Formats: sequence, structure tokens, C-alpha cells
Amino acid sequence: MIPGGEGTSSPSPVLSVRAFVKRFPGVLANDSISLDVAPGEVHALLGENGAGKSTLVKCIYGFYRRDAGELLIDGAPAEIRSPHEARSRGIGMVFQTLTLVPALSVVENVALFLADLPAIPNLGEIAAELESLGERYNLKVDPWAQVRDLSIGQQQKAELLKLLLSRPRLLILDEPTRVLAPQEIRGFFQVLKRLVDDGLAVILITHKLNEVLECADRITVLRQGRVAGQVARVDATEAGLVRLMFDRDLIGSPVSRRATEAADGPPVLELQQACSRGQGAETSLERINLIVHPGEIVGVAGVSGNGQRELGELILGSVACIQGTKRLFGQDFTRLPIGDVRRVGVSYIPENPLVMALNPNMTVLQNMAITQTRRYARRGGLSIDWQAVESDTELAWQRLGFRVASYLPAQSLSGGNLQRVVIARELSHDPRLIIASYLTRGLDVQSAHAARSALLQARDQGAGVLLISEDLEELFEYSDRMAVMHAGRIVGDFRTADADIYEVGSLMTGSQLAYAEHS
Amino acid sequence: MSKLALLGVLSSAVFSGTSLLYATLGEIVGERAGIVNLGLEGVLLVSASTGFAVTSLTGNPYLGVLAGVIAGGLMNMILGYLVLNRKANQLASGLALMFFGFGLSALIGRGFVGAKIVGLPRLALPGSSGLPKLYASLLRFDLLIYLSVPVAVAIWWLLFRTRWGLGVRAVGESPDTAFASGRNPRLIRYQALWLGGALAGVGGSHLSIAYAMNWTEYMTAGLGFIAIALVIFAKWHPLYAVAGALLFSGAVAFQLLLQSSGIQVSPFLLSTIPYVLTLVVLIVWGGRRRVAAPASLGRVYQGAE
Amino acid sequence: MILLGIVLFGLILLISGNDPIQSYRDIFVSTLGSAYGLSEVLVAMTPLLLTALAVALPSRIGLINVGGEGQLYMGACLATWAALTFGALPGWLLLPIMVLLGMIGGAAWAWIPGELRARGIVSETISTLLLNPVAPMIVGFFVFGYWHSPMDTNKTPIFSASARLPTLFGTRISLGLILGLGLLAMFWFVMRSTRWGLEMRGLGWNHQAARLNGIPTRRYVVGVMCLAGAVAGLAGMVLVSGYYGVLLANFSRGIGFMGFLVSWLANGSPLGIVVTSFVVAIILTGGNLLQLTRDLPYSVINILLAMTLFVVLARPSFIRKRAEP
Repeated sequence: MIPGGEGTSSPSPVLSVRAFVKRFPGVLANDSISLDVAPGEVHALLGENGAGKSTLVKCIYGFYRRDAGELLIDGAPAEIRSPHEARSRGIGMVFQTLTLVPALSVVENVALFLADLPAIPNLGEIAAELESLGERYNLKVDPWAQVRDLSIGQQQKAELLKLLLSRPRLLILDEPTRVLAPQEIRGFFQVLKRLVDDGLAVILITHKLNEVLECADRITVLRQGRVAGQVARVDATEAGLVRLMFDRDLIGSPVSRRATEAADGPPVLELQQACSRGQGAETSLERINLIVHPGEIVGVAGVSGNGQRELGELILGSVACIQGTKRLFGQDFTRLPIGDVRRVGVSYIPENPLVMALNPNMTVLQNMAITQTRRYARRGGLSIDWQAVESDTELAWQRLGFRVASYLPAQSLSGGNLQRVVIARELSHDPRLIIASYLTRGLDVQSAHAARSALLQARDQGAGVLLISEDLEELFEYSDRMAVMHAGRIVGDFRTADADIYEVGSLMTGSQLAYAEHS
Repeated sequence: MSKLALLGVLSSAVFSGTSLLYATLGEIVGERAGIVNLGLEGVLLVSASTGFAVTSLTGNPYLGVLAGVIAGGLMNMILGYLVLNRKANQLASGLALMFFGFGLSALIGRGFVGAKIVGLPRLALPGSSGLPKLYASLLRFDLLIYLSVPVAVAIWWLLFRTRWGLGVRAVGESPDTAFASGRNPRLIRYQALWLGGALAGVGGSHLSIAYAMNWTEYMTAGLGFIAIALVIFAKWHPLYAVAGALLFSGAVAFQLLLQSSGIQVSPFLLSTIPYVLTLVVLIVWGGRRRVAAPASLGRVYQGAE
Repeated sequence: MILLGIVLFGLILLISGNDPIQSYRDIFVSTLGSAYGLSEVLVAMTPLLLTALAVALPSRIGLINVGGEGQLYMGACLATWAALTFGALPGWLLLPIMVLLGMIGGAAWAWIPGELRARGIVSETISTLLLNPVAPMIVGFFVFGYWHSPMDTNKTPIFSASARLPTLFGTRISLGLILGLGLLAMFWFVMRSTRWGLEMRGLGWNHQAARLNGIPTRRYVVGVMCLAGAVAGLAGMVLVSGYYGVLLANFSRGIGFMGFLVSWLANGSPLGIVVTSFVVAIILTGGNLLQLTRDLPYSVINILLAMTLFVVLARPSFIRKRAEP
């Protein structure tokens, strides 16, 4: 571990964090983290999802109470108990979800949060101040525009302006470029530069290497809740940072990968130049080429939010394929509804089980039956063969090695149990194509292992599996081939045996924009 | 048709349009804060009957209007208590309030059916003195009518140019954000409901005191629902509501105009115009852009609250 | 807490110069104390069963149907047309036609909101609300313009005997009661046992998951709205054919809305609807008596009704509701 830069020439830090610890049930999110942020500096917090970046800054901002450690402001110990207090101390934070009211104008949004707003506010004055601030920091937004008419990039500018009006000393930005278009990102960097030139201190949370290398002065890399390393920009290299982010010991030899690439039969899934149009915050998919053969597990790596959900829904049929084709088991399914896709043998384990797969008001048993209502219907639909549902469910539990009580309402289940129910359901009835999104999220080690084994079992019986995951270890261990997704595109596609974890890591974080075309 | 008859119809449209406008303004204020009042019909009836009763008892129409205003505010407070304190479903609470209004207004007005009152004095429209007597007599409007447009402008100003109005709109769009800005959404909603009820009270008492000058059960004849439709049609904007109120209540005048050119249109079908028009407008918007309903109100319409 | 509502109403009665104890006694004696009273309660209950079902059915898939009033009028409208046009036909032919047309009328009125909601254009709450007042005006148009009897302009001539729903045991209870109870039983059975009931429950308030699970969401939204409209339309037909025997313009003063409240109070459960409509019917029928004996306008009974509703809405903590989102 490289100790943080005790700058001999840098001014005393605005904010210091010493040995921060934060625990959540079952997870040590922050494990003794220390760092300093000096005025006029961009301090980047780099790390994978789940590394503890968001938790750390939310502790700083007063959202969470830390369990241990010290907070120092201007060198003196301080306590921040609420975001309100943080703001009064000169700390501002821009979250990934913006706190703007879409139907109001930018000026009105700013006015809403002004502490000393007169009863009859002079919006023109506020607008003028916004404009001058905008000039200064290159944050040009039309103050009179309604927030919902602005692009996300412009909304972000508005949010920043709103914060800047109260003259903060430290700004915390949580993944600000996630929602920005490439051309907007450049402008964003310029804004950052002007802010720090003015003496502001900035904590920038990101997982993107190129950003960090572009504009950070110091970089703290977090990994699994700990500080993996701290470097100054001048000393940082791409390779070095990737190593700090992803360093992990790969567990022994891979579990069971197919030795040959011989496919038996037509591909279970074939996407050719498939495109989709995302609404609002959704990612648009661009020219996806993907093939899954029977008896093969294809992993999809990538930071969540880069189009994985849209990919799964495209295959299922919930998202429209506006260009290109989609073939399932050799037949064209480009425009067919979800019911048809499911009935031909496709299963879907979505990333958010309670919202996307289960009905909270129904019992577990009812939820098990809901995707196969025709199969279980008797007498033309007048009755449901619940006996059959029960025995199928029992079979599923036995195969998986875990179980959930059948008569509990879904909404009373824990996240882990919800996931178990969905897995049990989707792996029943011998599906021929399984789309598994974050399969083991929320599961303990045993259940996770059981779920993966079940997936392997299905694979060995000839099913094709698309395994979408953020866990590189899992992907490397279980997938036969791997694709990497970034910003709605497949940026890498290779056999796992040939893959290099650092290369995958780089592709995930977008530092290598050139991608291998499918031959 | 004769100009006199046309003028008569227009005059009548102005009278009924005024009640509609006040009721609509009241509902706009409430809905801007995120509360929809399906019981508006009941609120109007109660304020109409109360205003009429007080006018009949005291002989003073202004007192009657005041009574109507207070009655309207109180009715809305019932809704406020149920929805804000007891977290009851807004639609069901509103409907319950409507039935309550049916009954309460009947009870209050029971002793006054057929009573004669001195209505609000009518002042001549400035500039009409030069017209022949018959014409001029149709152009006499009471104070509430003259005030209706200024009041609409005042409500617009209140909602869009004051700190309180900003808070109301923020609460109606995003109560959580409003709360984060240090405001008390519940208090603001109560305030909005009170103001809304008072305005509806003006509309109700205007109907019984100034326009019809009598009281019968169910005399509002759906005015509450027309107002609810008008709120949507006017996109929750007080100034559009003025135009809309004229349009909706002018439908009758339109019918007579058609009649005079030989086209017979049933008054029934014309009365459907407010609703059909609003629905058509909604469909058109839905194609292009989301309905501009205050966001937390939209959740009510989708059953999330 | 119902007690609270009763006390409050009693206060109001007192203020208006009536003896509350006596009034309440009258209500119970007149309704439950005699066979005639009981039969009148059942008569009042009949349309409520149907309009409540028209709300309960869509509520199972998360739809809010406030348009029972309008759907009821349209059902009555079409049924009346059949009654007037085919009045000469024998009852066994005419009545099924009227039933069918009543259901078609209501279904058509609910179809538009259903489509609009399925396409995500307008929420069904708003569209049904807007269409509500249009239906009575259409009815008025026909009645005043074409159908009215020579003597009264606001109602049609009395229906021929074959156009009247048969009544039971010499009371005024029409076959509508059987129809209502039968439909409720069917509703209970479908939701509980059939494939469609399961899929509808799968839809519930979570349409997104249902879609991803392969349930044809749009089809259900439109279909269920039409069914609901059909039931409300049937209520309209039952009212004009079984109860009134004529079509009177503005014959319903909120029966559709009352159905919404009944369904809401009963949480959409079929048994609850039966019980709740019974209780509401007692209040309404008793109100008739209040008018006759105490010279209060009939409408005053709405206060008691509303008070009861208020008390339930104010939700004392020990009332648990089935999961509302």
C-alpha cells in the first residue's frame, strides 16, 4: 500500500478522513479508509462497483453514521450528522439521482433551495447570478428552461450550479460522467478544471480510468472496502491502476469448461446487428452481435448500467429490436412477443427480482406457477393443477439444494430468498436458453454455489446460458466464452481460456475503445 | 337570431362561467399541491346552500358569500384531514366528501327551498350606458363576476411569483424534494386546500346567490366535474382556465348560434363538449408528451397513493 | 368507530329538530323488522352488487375504474332501446337481448378508457371520470329527443311487460339480484381457481414483472375494463328493466360512485361486497323512511353514509388493508 501523499508543497487539506469504518449487515463496506483532500485538487476515488466508494462519501456527507474513524475539516475534528449540516459546512454533493424538480425551471429549482428567499422572490436576480456563475465555470445552462426539457448533461450542470450558489468549499461528485454523452464529458472536464482553479476541492467518484488519468490530481483506489493504493497523477499508469483495482487470485483451475467449440445444432441465440432505442435513462444498444451455442455458457462482463439489462430484455422480447435480427433456436423471433419467447424455452433471471420477476402479493407457490400458466391449466383453464406446481417446485428445491416455504407472500421474503425463488422457477422445465442477470446477487456462498452448479447442470444437458455478471471471478470460472459490454456495445468477445483479466478490466472501464469485431 | 337573444345567452354564459371559473381555480390550487378533490361537487353544493341560507336569514348577500367561502374551506379541511393525516385514498375520500355534500347541502337548504333573496347587486358593464335599455339590462354583472378575471390573475401570481407558490408547486411535483429544501409538505397542502376550498366556496355561493337566486337540491348539476375536467384542459394553469371557462360555458351560446343558422344541435350533446374536448386533448398530448399534471398527482391517478 | 359515525349523524338529526333515537329505531324497524323492509333492502342492494363488481374486477389488476356511473347509463340506454323497439317480443326472447345489449353498452363505454390505458396514453382513472357525465347526456338526448312518452318529456313510456325483469315472490326484488350474486360467485371462482385468475393476480399492481413473465398485459387491461363495463351496464339494465320500468333521465344519482365506495370498503372481495352492499342498502332504504316520516329530504341519508365512510377512511389502526402498494 502506498501511503497517501503527505504533500510538502500542498496546502493543508480541506477534508481528512482517518480510519473510517462502516459496516452493513453482512458486509464491511469501509475498512479503515484514510485520505485527504486539499483545496484546488481533484481527488479521484477509483474502484469497481461494491468497492465502497459511495458508502464512504455518504458517510462524509452525513447520510450514514460511520462506525469508527475520524473526520477532520481544515485539520480540526468535526462531526457531520446530516446533509443539511454538511451543506452548511461548505460540502456539496451531486448524487447519481439529481435532486431537481423536473417540471420547474432551473431558476425555480435553485430558488427552492435558497435559505433566505424573500416572500416575493426576484427570479431575475437569481438567474443573473446563475448566468455569471455559468460564465465563470463554463456551466452554461438556460436558467429559464424547464429541467425536464434539458438533457441529462445539462441537468447535471443545473444541479452543480445550484450547489455552487451556496459557495461550497468541497464538492463530491458521484459518477458524474455515467450519464453524459462523450462530447459532454470533455466539457465536464473543463468545468472541473475551472472549479479547482478557483480553489475548490473535489472528490470524484468513478470507475473510468481515462477520466482519472485526464483530470485527477491524486487517486485513491478502493478495493473491497479497503484502500488498495494511493497515487499522485504523475506516478499513475493505466496498468498500475488496473492492477490495484482488479488484483485478485484466480481460484485454481477452472471448474469445467468445454474443451471443444463444437456446437451441436443451431445456436440457441443469435443476435445480428441488433439495435434498440433506450427511453430516458435507458441505454440504447448498438449493433449487438452475439451468439450462444447449445451447451455453452457465455459470460457478459461489464459495469452495471452499460446496457446489460437492455440486452437481457431485448432477447426476451420486452425491448423492441428496431434494427437487426434475433434468432432463437434457428428461428426468427425479432418481432415476437414475450409469451412466445418464453414458451419456446427461454428463461430469464432479471437483476431485480421483486420488481421484475415476482408479484409481491402472491405466494411463493403462485409465483412459481406464473410463467407456466398454460402448462398447469386444466379443463380449458378452469382450474390449475396445484399438485403439479407443488411437485415441480419440490423437484426444483431438491435439485438446487435450498428451499423457500411455499406459502409465504413474496413481499415478506428477504432479497436472498427472492433470488432463490426466481432461480428455482427459471431453471425448472428444462429451459433451452437461460438469461441470468446477476445470478448470485444477495446469495450466501452456499446458495451461490448451488445456483451456479444448477446452471452448469443445465449447460451440460444442452442448454445455452447467457451469464451477465459484475463478478469477474465468477465469469472467468464458469463461462466458456466472454463478451464485454460498455455503453451499449459489445466491446470484446473471446474464449475465456484466451482472456486476460486485465484486458477485460480495461475494456469494462472503457479505456480501450477499440473492440474486437466478431469474425 | 336576434341580437337580444344572443346577448342574453352570452350574459348567461358569463354568469355560469364565473362559478365554473372560481371552482376551477380552487381545484387548480389543490391539485397543484398534489391533492385531487373528487368531492368538489359536494363542496360547491354545501357552499351554495350555506350561502343561500345565510343570505336569506340576514338579508345580506355579502355575508352569504362569506359564509359560502368559509363553508367551502371547511369542507376541504375534511378532505385534508382524511388524506393528509389519516393517509386515506384520495379518490375514495373525495367521493365520500361528495356524498356528504349531497346530504349536508340538502339538510341546510331544506328550509329555504323557494325562498326569495336579494341577490348580489349587479353593476352595469362600463361603457354600456349608451346602449338601448334592453341591451344594457343584460350587461349588468355582479361584483364577483368583475373580480373573476383579476382573481384568476392573482392566483396565477400567487402560484408562480411568490415563495409560497413555489413551495406549493414543488410539493405537488416532488414532496421529497420539497421536504429536502426544508419545507413541510403537509402544512403546505393544508394551506392549499383551504385556499382551494374558499375559492370553490365563492363559485358555489355565486351560483345560488347571484345567478340562480334560489336553492334546489343538486343545483350545481355536475359543475364540480366540469371544473375537474377544466383543470386538466387548462393544464393546471389559472390563466388558461379563464379561456377554458368561457369556452366550456359558451357552448350553450354556440348551440343557439347554430340553431339560428338552421342547424339543430341538441343541448345535451353540446353539454358533453367540456368532457369530450378534455379527453381529446389528453389523447393528443399523450401521443406527443406526458400530461403536464403535477407529478405527485399523477401517482394518485395511477393508484400509487 | 362506526358508532362514532352514528353518533355524529345523530347530532345532526338533533340539530335539525329530529329525534335521533327514534329515527334510528325507525330505520332498523322499517328495514330489518319486516319482510317488506327486508325485501326493499335487497332491492336497493342489487345495483350496488353489480357496480361494486365493476370496480372490484379491474382493481385486481391495478386499474381504477371510476366510470361505473357512465357505464351504467350506457347499459340502460341500449337496453331501453331494445325495450322500446322490440317491446312486442315475448319476454324469454326480449330479456336476454336486453341483458346482452346492456352489457354491450357498458362494455363499449369502458373500452375506450381500457385502450387508452393499455397504450399508455391516458390513465383510466381520468378517462373513466371524464366519460361519466357524458353518458347521462347521451341518454337525455335520446329520451328528450326521441323516446319520451307523450305526457312526460323526461322519461320514456313504461316498458311492456315482456321487457321487465321478473320479480321474486311478489316483492320488488328483481332477477337482477340473482344475476348479481351469480356474477360475484363467478368472479370469486375465476380469481381463485382458474388460469385467468392466476394471470390476473400475476398482473396485480406489478405490470412490469407480469409482462416479463409472459402475461399478455395489454390484452388483459382492455379485456378486464370491457368486462367491468359490461357488469356496470348490466346494472343499468337491471335498474331500468327490473326496478323502474321506464328510463328516466338522470335516474341514477351516484349509484356508480356508490359502487366504487362499496368495492373499496370491501377491499374488492366478493363476500365483502355482498356484506357491504347489504349494509349500505340498509342505510339507503332507511333513508326513504326518514323522508316519509320525518320530512327530511331523502338526500340527507347521504350524510349518514358519508359519515360511515369517513370513519372507515380515517382508518383506525386495527383495520388492516390487503396490500395496497
